[in-house]
Amino acid sequence: MSEITPSQTVGPFFAYGLTPKGRCDWDPNGSYSWKETVGSDLVTPDATGQKIRIEGQIFDGDGKAINDAMIEIWQADAQGRYAHARDNRALPNTQFKGFGRSATDKAGVYAFDTIKPGAVPGPDGKTQAPHIVVCIFSRGMLRQVYTRLYFADEAGNAADPILALVPADRRATLMAHKVAGDGIPLYRFDVRVQGDNETVFFDI
Amino acid sequence: MSLIYPKDSLSAYPAHLSPGYKSTVKRSPSKALIVVPHTLSELTGPVFGHDAIQDGDNDLTRQHKGEPLGERIVVHGRVLDEDKRPVPNALVELWQANACGRYVHNVDQHPAPLDPNFTGAGRTVTDSDGHYKFITVKPGAYPWGNHHNAWRPNHIHFSVFGHSFLTRLVTQMYFPGDPLFPFDPIFNSVTDEKARLRMVSSFDLENTVPDWALCFRFDIVLRGREQTPLDTDEH
Ligand SMILES: [Fe+2]
Repeated sequence: MSEITPSQTVGPFFAYGLTPKGRCDWDPNGSYSWKETVGSDLVTPDATGQKIRIEGQIFDGDGKAINDAMIEIWQADAQGRYAHARDNRALPNTQFKGFGRSATDKAGVYAFDTIKPGAVPGPDGKTQAPHIVVCIFSRGMLRQVYTRLYFADEAGNAADPILALVPADRRATLMAHKVAGDGIPLYRFDVRVQGDNETVFFDI
Repeated sequence: MSLIYPKDSLSAYPAHLSPGYKSTVKRSPSKALIVVPHTLSELTGPVFGHDAIQDGDNDLTRQHKGEPLGERIVVHGRVLDEDKRPVPNALVELWQANACGRYVHNVDQHPAPLDPNFTGAGRTVTDSDGHYKFITVKPGAYPWGNHHNAWRPNHIHFSVFGHSFLTRLVTQMYFPGDPLFPFDPIFNSVTDEKARLRMVSSFDLENTVPDWALCFRFDIVLRGREQTPLDTDEH
């Protein structure tokens, strides 16, 4: 029998607590300054690898952009290593934490600046293609939903053990596409919470 | 320590679609979630140290020139795993309405006064015993547009991190004996009564500070228990 504390919605008013420097125009008077604990820029001075920007929108079942969502990402570094004790391989990027948080703005847009992750170990000795674990909270969501962002231009996707569990006709919903290549590559990753072309969410 | 995260534990959670809370109707997945194993990507998660917070971040009554109006309270408890072991170094963030039931957020249109001495955001990191503590004021109830004469029970929003990205929890802490409980679709989206009551803090007389502040205790139990030799669901 479960004894965990249940989840409740993040509600519409989280921004001044969780994403105070974020994209939400929550503080019209600018009277309150609150140090940000977790922001949307994951890049650290010691992080090696390809800098990228990820941007997208989150849509509800009517196709309307959700302007009060919070999206969190968790990822490995460019060498495919997680900044966590359970990943006991030596980490050269000691400052790179791999965790970021962005609110959506009035147009439902979120964005992250980060490093493209490397491939990481998967179940049964297999390798997982480069990916980012994505967790979404919002008013109207009583619990978070988890999905994954993969990179459409990665050859390793074909052998990814998690993508293999996703029906072939829905895998495209997990792909971020490079939309600009000058300077720092920009990847577009939209999330459709419900309806036609609904993003794949994972039961984990 | 090698923790596993049985999915049965999530039976305590509300369903994604809970029509009594109208906003869930268009914001819940309609297709079946895809079952996948827990990989290194899920079994790891962000780690926080005490550098994530600053002195005083856990005292919401000392963030401005004067003290906020309302009933000063202490809110404390422990963050635990499913084996009831403490979760140390867990980042705990909270946000809430002021004593009048008004949030410092420009979307909040409730015609109750803002308090220039209260923002309503705090954060802390649990100690080696999983313990956290905040000083704040009791938030007021407030109306919302879900249905006719809908009012949220007094609550404080909590955001908690634990040992992995799977333990990530956003919840709300309620106060004991609230008369609004039977009418709140968010509270009642948790259909199991015992699970629902785990979101209700208890009055803590022992830690109530004489001549100063009432105390409420709120323990938070995250997913995760020790792997036993019989468990084979981890990859
Ligand atoms: Fe609230």
